Amino acid sequence: MSKHHISTTINGEPVEFLCDTAQTLLDVLRDELGLTGSKEGCGSGDCGACSVLVEGRLVCACLVLAAEVDRCAVETIEGVAQGNALHPLQQVFLNEAALQCGICTPGIIVAAKALLEKNPDPDEEEIRFWLAGNLCRCTGYDKIVRAVQQAALVMRSA
Amino acid sequence: MGRYPAGSPGWRDKVTGQANYGADFSLPGMITGRVLRSPHAHARIVSIDTTEAGKLAGVRAVVTAADFPDLPSEVVAGGESPVNYRYISCNAIARDKVLYEGHAVAAVAAISAGVAEQALKLIRVEYEVLPHVIDVRDAMRDDAPLLHDNLYTEGVDPKPTKPSNIAKRTEFLLGDPAAGFAESEIILERSYTTQPVHQGYIEPHACVASVAADGMTTVWSSSQGQFMVREFCAKLLKIADSDIRVLPAEIGGGFGGKTTVYLEPLAIALSRKSGRPVKMVMSREEVFKASGPTSGGVLQVKLGARRDGTLVAAECELAYQAGAFPGSPAIPGCMTAFACYDIPNARTVGYDVVSNRPKCAAYRAPGAPMAAFAVESALDELALELGMDPVELRLKNAAKEGTRALYGPKMPVIGFVETLEAARAHAHYNTPLKANQGRGIASGFWFNIGGQSSAAVHINEDGTAEVVTGNPDIGGSRASMAIMAAEVLGIDYAKVKPLIGDTASVGYCFLTGGSRVTFATGKAVVEAANDVVQQLRARAAKIWKCEVDEVIWKDGVAHPAQGQTDTRTQLSLAEIAASAARTGGPISGKASLNVGGAGPGFGTHLCDVEVDPETGRVTVLRYTVIQDVGRAIHPGYVEGQMQGGAAQGIGWALNEEYVYDDQGRLQNSGFLDYRMPVASDLPMIDAVLVEVPNPAHPFGVRGVGEVPIVPPLAAVANAVARASGVRVNDLPISPPRLLAALMK
Amino acid sequence: MLTYNKPTTVDEAVILLQQPQHAARALAGGTDLLVELRSGRLAAQGIVDLKRIPELRALRAEQDGFRIGAAVSGAELGEHATLKAMWPGVVEAANLIGSTQIQGRASLGGNLCNASPAADSVPALIAAGARCTVAGPGGRREVPVESIVTGPGKTSLVSGEFVVDFVLPAQAARGGDAYLRFIPRTEMDIAVVGVAVNLTLDAAGVCTTARVAVGAVAPTARLVDAAGAALVGTTVDETALNALMAAVRAACAPINDKRGTIEFRTHVAGVLAGRAAKIALDRARSRA
Repeated sequence: MSKHHISTTINGEPVEFLCDTAQTLLDVLRDELGLTGSKEGCGSGDCGACSVLVEGRLVCACLVLAAEVDRCAVETIEGVAQGNALHPLQQVFLNEAALQCGICTPGIIVAAKALLEKNPDPDEEEIRFWLAGNLCRCTGYDKIVRAVQQAALVMRSA
Repeated sequence: MGRYPAGSPGWRDKVTGQANYGADFSLPGMITGRVLRSPHAHARIVSIDTTEAGKLAGVRAVVTAADFPDLPSEVVAGGESPVNYRYISCNAIARDKVLYEGHAVAAVAAISAGVAEQALKLIRVEYEVLPHVIDVRDAMRDDAPLLHDNLYTEGVDPKPTKPSNIAKRTEFLLGDPAAGFAESEIILERSYTTQPVHQGYIEPHACVASVAADGMTTVWSSSQGQFMVREFCAKLLKIADSDIRVLPAEIGGGFGGKTTVYLEPLAIALSRKSGRPVKMVMSREEVFKASGPTSGGVLQVKLGARRDGTLVAAECELAYQAGAFPGSPAIPGCMTAFACYDIPNARTVGYDVVSNRPKCAAYRAPGAPMAAFAVESALDELALELGMDPVELRLKNAAKEGTRALYGPKMPVIGFVETLEAARAHAHYNTPLKANQGRGIASGFWFNIGGQSSAAVHINEDGTAEVVTGNPDIGGSRASMAIMAAEVLGIDYAKVKPLIGDTASVGYCFLTGGSRVTFATGKAVVEAANDVVQQLRARAAKIWKCEVDEVIWKDGVAHPAQGQTDTRTQLSLAEIAASAARTGGPISGKASLNVGGAGPGFGTHLCDVEVDPETGRVTVLRYTVIQDVGRAIHPGYVEGQMQGGAAQGIGWALNEEYVYDDQGRLQNSGFLDYRMPVASDLPMIDAVLVEVPNPAHPFGVRGVGEVPIVPPLAAVANAVARASGVRVNDLPISPPRLLAALMK
Repeated sequence: MLTYNKPTTVDEAVILLQQPQHAARALAGGTDLLVELRSGRLAAQGIVDLKRIPELRALRAEQDGFRIGAAVSGAELGEHATLKAMWPGVVEAANLIGSTQIQGRASLGGNLCNASPAADSVPALIAAGARCTVAGPGGRREVPVESIVTGPGKTSLVSGEFVVDFVLPAQAARGGDAYLRFIPRTEMDIAVVGVAVNLTLDAAGVCTTARVAVGAVAPTARLVDAAGAALVGTTVDETALNALMAAVRAACAPINDKRGTIEFRTHVAGVLAGRAAKIALDRARSRA
């Protein structure tokens, strides 16, 4: 059987690609489209490093078949900054030392952005449970939680 | 410093997804490598037939141990501790025997991952399955299955005549423990066990290797040291150092686990055979089954004290699992066990024991957390028996400047007492607890190291600067390098760009480990920047037509030295840089040092937990990390190290472990069942920086990254014991284990 | 080569799924299927994506309760205020499956048909008395949820059959449900024990009906009749709760594995049953 021809929108741009059934959205983003900002930490949906939005819904790109996103809108970490202007979350993560190695950071920023769009003023517990699917081994989460709250404040006062 | 950057130079790419980690590189013509791994815990390899795999369309190369030099077994200097390259080689690809489930047997490179995986299925390996041993106590028995026929226990007299799984016995002795115990008024003796735990970096091992037709080898890899990768690959493949160039990728976590090589030698061999660049990336399952956890251990502690709490004698015997090849951190376990305390009579004995598990790798303060778990738990019981406050007991016996350490030297300037005093004064320590809640306290020590480091500081025409070092930035060292260079040069840190060079573009740097980078490489940066300042003064002198001694450098500007009363104006760094071509050419400083004087690090942790008596669930309610950090160059990242180390220690204490079936196969090789703390498992972690500067560093820096993983195991265990009235001396304190203890 | 089809009608899907030895696998949220695919354990030759069939994505209140498409995601269930108000236990159970990211995809149909003994939503659905519509070559049939799973990884579905939707009855006026599970962490784990309780009270506060279901303590999720019976006719006082806990523990037939021991699971099943019953009781009272 030939490959699937998929038409999609990634970060607002129309994108077409060919894929096999067994390729995940993450495989295609990274290997075919050069969007390596989404990371593969586990390939089983347990670490969240490949968090993306599909039709506005936060998902792990490793648990979505590439063929499933035909005619869907996909948003990745590469679409979070507007040109050279960082998103408040990105700026605050840098300012507040909310990352160390940074491998989990793209996924956490995508997930946190989805949270703040749904809930502009989450409390600590809401942030912690929302991000429970995003493993970070470096920070102990303290500065991540603070940065999300700080970014929420920046965004609310914008 | 007084000021530090809000941002992180060189880190913008990490928040936009543009940073290149190990798996993010691609090269034209690149193909994919995959590894065939042993399904058995212990087996002899009777034969390997790769014929069919080699014939599969799209397969470009297949390698086995036969493609690698058969290295002699010898211990040589290298890495953080002496290494035996035969072990590293045999671990990278099995020779004769497989020693654990997941042990690499062969590797394939093909035009796609799918073809490579298909090819793995076509490799026929005939195994003669052998009895295996997983548990360290079982492995030490006389009748245990032997992993290595030629392994004789080192460090015992007379030399053994029979091979053993005990690779080495080590003993440290101070004073006369027997006499010390004889004069003790209270003696407490306990046994403890800990499980192996994985470093758990989120980025799996990954690399690309490309061997050119002339043999020149280039490797892009995510590791804790590009020079380590070069050194290990050169030895394993018998290539000259100068024929390998290693470019460091951004590293997605290491914690000690990326201080060795797994994939790189295989990728080089596959590239050499195929003539194509080869990318290799481990799956998470491979990371768990085939890359290093740290050792689990069995520990025995005996403490002797007077009624007033003075420690008179102490002993600790520990046996650490090395995994398939010798090399557990039993020695640092022995050295660190009592390092927090001034005990006149002490002995530690360590055993390095092999068993059919993956070869252990360094993990943050290797060997120390397990020993501290045992010693700090025993001390907590001693405090209870003596009716003493646990902080007071520690203060009474705390090591200070001049205290003789069991492992030899006298302590230099240290800040352990200061951490205990800060703990005692902290609001956390004085907050009342409710029912089923308990507070634990524990302390910890780590040596920290210095070692070989190089740095170069280049001044650009526009007055900006580059700082080039050779240490992967694992947790904020780029920022620290930029801050220190900016401080010396007297310019805004935003004008300093920190870069990490490859092995061909910067002088040798020992790997990122031992909490050494801000200290040792930082010292090289300071010296390189001082070298630049010297040159800047010389250029100013040339412009002013005076002697160098008549120019002083202050706040980024050349001034005439005091007493000079002519009309010469000041010259800024930017002005001197702009005229560099006319005053002698590029301005560039460098330093290559072997740095001594690393300042030992101490920390004290406070932990509050609540225990659900009906289910055995432990909830960490509050956590405070207090540590002597020398001088914090970038306080945000220093706090981050402390918080991250504590979180890892909490996982170690409560849930992380390796679960094997009766065939010696790992049952939890994924993040689903290898339970590292998630965001909702932890409270905020308060980090208290105690600053007792290290006199051996120009800014007072001492290492901070490793100490914070040492105290948490006991801090959590002590809190659980005080909350529930039941002491669990076997980690992890998982709900089934704690509930079973509660119901006894 | 693995095929991929995305039918838009139930009939089309039945034809695509009608392959010998279940060679075609139904895909809903994919949170289990893709893990299987990735690990090389997936034996299927084809994947049939059911998410383009409108019926499987619909969630609507009906006269006698709710009809929930088998591929509706956990996140969508959690956002449905009236469903959550009437069946908080069912929604909480569905929302406990995995992370926020998993919730964006995981479905009741997948959670059921993956046939894990530890599936969180299944005990809650059973306790709620949910039924499901099965479509197949023989047409459609509506069956109780507890009739689908027959053992770990095994279902009663024949080739070509799949679950189209779930029918939740209307909760009684004085009814309440709750689901609790035990995991070692606070998130991201598979249930070591799961217990659902759904009970109704009369005007005097006496329990008139009670359904108690357990998960992860037997090869399949189980409805424990004796546990329900322990509550009926009582005011769900301490004596009744103790009887409930004993009945639940008696119904447990767990295994020792990497997630828990027989003793732990059995003991904790009782503890959670007692706690879940109290929550269900409070909910029933507050709805009255």
